[in-house]
Amino acid sequence: MKRLLPLVPPLFAVVAALAVGALFILAVGQDPLTVYGAMASGVFGSAYGWGQVLFKATPLVFTGLAVALGFRAGLFNIGAEGQALMGSFVMGAVGAWLAPRAPGVVVMLVAAVAGVATGAAYAAIPGVLKARFGAHEVINTIMLNFVAAALINYFGHAAYVHETVHTPELPPGAMLARLGAWWPPLAGSPVNLSLFLAALACVAVGLLLWRTPFGYELRATGMNPGAAEYGGTRVPAVWVKAMALSGALSALVGVNFVLGYKGYFESNFTSGVGFLGIAVALLGRTHPLGIVIAALFFGALSQGGLVINSMVPKELVDILQAIVILMAIVSHETVERWLRRHA
Amino acid sequence: MTAPATPSVTAKTPPAVELVDITKTFGRLVANDGVSLSVRSGSIHALVGENGAGKTTLMKVLFGLYQPDSGTLRVRGEVARFRSPLDALNAGLGMVHQHFMLVAPLTVAENITLGREPRAGLSYDRRRAEREVEELSRRYGLRIDPRAKIENLSVGEQQRVEILKTLYRGARVLILDEPTAVLTPQEVDELFAVLRSLRDQGDTVILITHKLREVMEISDRVTVMRGGQVAGEFETRATSVPELAEKMVGRPVLLELEKAAARPAAPALEVTALCVRDDRGLEAVRDVSLAVRAGEVLGIAGVEGNGQAELIEAITGLRAATSGRVALSGREITRATPLERLRAGLAHVPADRLSRGILAEYDLADNLILGRQRDRPFAKGAWLDRHAIHAHAVETLAAYDVRPPIPSAPVRTLSGGNQQKLVVGRELSRKGSLLVAAHPTRGVDLGAIEFIHRRLIAERDRGAGVLLVSSELSELLSLSDRLIVLYEGRVVVETRPEDTDERALGLFMTGQQTA
Amino acid sequence: MIGESAGLVAAVFLAQTVRISVPYAYGAMGCTFSERGGVINIAAEGMFLHAALAYTLAAYFTGSAWLGVLAAVAAGLLTGALHALVTVTFRADQITSGLGINLLAVGLTRFVLKAVFHSSSNSEHVAGIAPWKIPVVSSLPGIGSLFETPLVLVAVALVGFSWWLLFQTPFGLRLRSVGEHPEAAATLGLGVSRLRYAGVLLSGAVCGLGGAWLASDQRSFTDGMSAGRGYIALAAMIVGKWNPVGAALACLLFGAAESLQIRLQGAGIPNEFLQMLPYVVTMLVLAGAIGRARPPAAVGKPYDPESHG
Repeated sequence: MKRLLPLVPPLFAVVAALAVGALFILAVGQDPLTVYGAMASGVFGSAYGWGQVLFKATPLVFTGLAVALGFRAGLFNIGAEGQALMGSFVMGAVGAWLAPRAPGVVVMLVAAVAGVATGAAYAAIPGVLKARFGAHEVINTIMLNFVAAALINYFGHAAYVHETVHTPELPPGAMLARLGAWWPPLAGSPVNLSLFLAALACVAVGLLLWRTPFGYELRATGMNPGAAEYGGTRVPAVWVKAMALSGALSALVGVNFVLGYKGYFESNFTSGVGFLGIAVALLGRTHPLGIVIAALFFGALSQGGLVINSMVPKELVDILQAIVILMAIVSHETVERWLRRHA
Repeated sequence: MTAPATPSVTAKTPPAVELVDITKTFGRLVANDGVSLSVRSGSIHALVGENGAGKTTLMKVLFGLYQPDSGTLRVRGEVARFRSPLDALNAGLGMVHQHFMLVAPLTVAENITLGREPRAGLSYDRRRAEREVEELSRRYGLRIDPRAKIENLSVGEQQRVEILKTLYRGARVLILDEPTAVLTPQEVDELFAVLRSLRDQGDTVILITHKLREVMEISDRVTVMRGGQVAGEFETRATSVPELAEKMVGRPVLLELEKAAARPAAPALEVTALCVRDDRGLEAVRDVSLAVRAGEVLGIAGVEGNGQAELIEAITGLRAATSGRVALSGREITRATPLERLRAGLAHVPADRLSRGILAEYDLADNLILGRQRDRPFAKGAWLDRHAIHAHAVETLAAYDVRPPIPSAPVRTLSGGNQQKLVVGRELSRKGSLLVAAHPTRGVDLGAIEFIHRRLIAERDRGAGVLLVSSELSELLSLSDRLIVLYEGRVVVETRPEDTDERALGLFMTGQQTA
Repeated sequence: MIGESAGLVAAVFLAQTVRISVPYAYGAMGCTFSERGGVINIAAEGMFLHAALAYTLAAYFTGSAWLGVLAAVAAGLLTGALHALVTVTFRADQITSGLGINLLAVGLTRFVLKAVFHSSSNSEHVAGIAPWKIPVVSSLPGIGSLFETPLVLVAVALVGFSWWLLFQTPFGLRLRSVGEHPEAAATLGLGVSRLRYAGVLLSGAVCGLGGAWLASDQRSFTDGMSAGRGYIALAAMIVGKWNPVGAALACLLFGAAESLQIRLQGAGIPNEFLQMLPYVVTMLVLAGAIGRARPPAAVGKPYDPESHG
């Protein structure tokens, strides 16, 4: 029984959110069961729907992993949004600059690497500030989200004259293939090869955390910095490295969007995937497998919102997401306390 | 149950405080075992005992922080039940905690009046608060500036604020938990003057301490606790430091240890003129020099808080030394990182298992490689070798009798004693050239103590140097080949177990220069 | 700008700065109450949104701006109560709770906007708060209009009131003590949870006024109209070192930077650097480059009365 207890908070959170959501549905004069039913069949009833869920889950896996990696090291990275933006912007800009000068595959690879490196460097800033000055990473990552938006505005406007920042489009040869190209039922959905990159990232993070000495030290740092230090770990260095890795994972969002979907960077495309990553990491209990499930759940929710928009405002889904977060932390805390008392 | 509390013969007024047959357990640990204590009104009553003797638990019961399992509490003759510190405060009790309960950025007057603030209309009447505090401080001779911020005060001044806080609330019985532990000798003199003046005004003081010289100086009556029970009660003027020391340390279960004579070889650890500061920036280790040779156990005795913790942290690299030198097997390591020291042959059983020694959520196997996560055979190239880790766990858990020996179980599921055996096993399995063992048997049952003791001697006989810090004198005497005593950060004596005994050590530890 | 006297330019600039600073001031005062009591409040953004919508709805259905203000305060209080329930009663993580509330506010306000006004971007026009005509001052060139705007005056008064409440009353003393050292407060018999609730609820009410200002100034609700102001308010609180007066000055600094940005538009100077100012200043303060900012010692730490029993 006790071994199943950790599963209670996420399940409770989902059920509670659906229950609260039902009240909102009733408030606009609809039947909750009908709406939820329509949502389920609209999302899972077609290959296209599945494709959309996968497409929307892909960036959430990246940011979920990013936030989870931070959590494992005892860090709260609220800056996944800004890190994703910075990385994607550089990805789009480097790709666009390189496109006329190099073959497509090279463009793709160089752009991806440059973007990921940017995300890592940008996330390392709060890591260094914490390691060096003891400045709390939460406030700094929040601030850096806004700084990222301003920086992109500045460089974007300087380089590309547009209403909103918008990098030039990449040639098809520099883009990741869409899955619809191999399996026609998925055509129409932009789900692309970065889905496999997300799966790979999950495996990589899992291996890093549980199969390498660095992962051992990272988790030890998050669990008990005093013991980690005693065991020869340089705790401040772990903070910096964990933040950089977290930023790199966040920046992979750009691979899905820039290199897999649009072919260019566009302001505000992230539309909260960084923040939603926190929800994914919490609901997935900071475990790669849990993160995949949570990302699929949130992906399905946001696709479901589009399906039911004619019955209920699709923002019902945003409300559900928020309630899942609140319920997840409340029930998590309650179960933990119960476990501590009955250990 | 049959023995009533000794009625106070000298006073007609009922005792200020009476604890009758108090028992308090924490799980399997019996902290107070049928303790009775009666404190005369208008007296200074000292409560002495070693660490873990149950003094603090008893006082927390008295102050409403713990509920006793059984027993009765009486205040001025009336039965009392304290469900919270608030009840105790209202009954006229005040406690000065060892760790001060002061709000650092607030002023003295604000801290003292907090919760019972004088008002002027809707506002806090700061001027009246300051005036009241000023008057109170003058009345009791506790000099303090009511406008000063706590964070700018010395420890001695902060303590005065704590005492004033209880007096402001009308406390007539003051409990002070180890009040002199953090004070300079001058501050101690001032504190004692204040306590005497409180007594002379009819107030009652209960003083928890383990410094016997202070007990003789200040108290009227003294109760000695040992192992959760009252070991003796004396009129101070009718007793002596040696008598109290003997009662305090007692005749513990003699763990006869079969031990061959040490065969010391080359120095495993050399510490030269080491100075270390504590967290507050105060000099905690003062010019300490010592050497541990391979094949011998050097024991460090001392009342906790006399620099042992800082000394060990400086040796193991967890705290920087301000000056001096540390060498391991002849190699200077004064500036080396903890990892470099571990790799140079250091093994370390930390004093505080929970904050340093274990990773509670990690399983047994992972805990057993802490410190060696980057070394062969547990790391091969970039990867952890799960087979090697598992094999090491199976072997070590069996060798050190950790129960239950399940490598994949989280370490938090083990009992404290088994966690400690795991830590000891991990460190001994390093087969280092120096083992630093701090309180290696703290919170461990008798069987495990004996086991750990035999292992430590085996480690010595294998050829490692062992530096042993303990607050258990019997442990130090039976394990050590040589002994030093730390007092206020200095080595006050070096001796051999055969040349000393617990009574003599106790005197050195409490600052007596002659045995 | 030709023909304007330098004095008038300055007056207009000042007036603009103050108007921009008003919501920051409400948010910063609100955050200060919460954090002084030991509860991190990054939910000012969500409180603004809920309150602005509540103002709009009340003003729309009753036609009364002042009922709108009342509704806004109530919405802020409710949001604060949610934050307090999650963080004080259930002792869950304060930062995550704030984030969750901010996400909730985005979704909830859009949902209601669609359900009531059938629009995904803005509400219908509603009543604003009527200006107070004060002889002489109202006609002061440039800055006169400031004095006739009730919620501007309330904001100014609020700064002084917040300072008084925190530093000159028994309540403020108690609130600060539970934010610094809840165990110490508890040993003196103070109710830590009750005081923390009070701090968070005050925070909600004050942020509610900020939301009322946003909607009443614009006379409508638009999607996402808080536009990150809650976070700038948080930054102002940090730069102001958790002191209402310091926070108000930080708000004015940020307001001036934004005002300057508007002035300089099209002048060839990159706006983005002024835009970044609040965030960069906050990071520098946190790193100790501009005087050490020390948060209340127990902020962010749930208080568990059983942990020392």
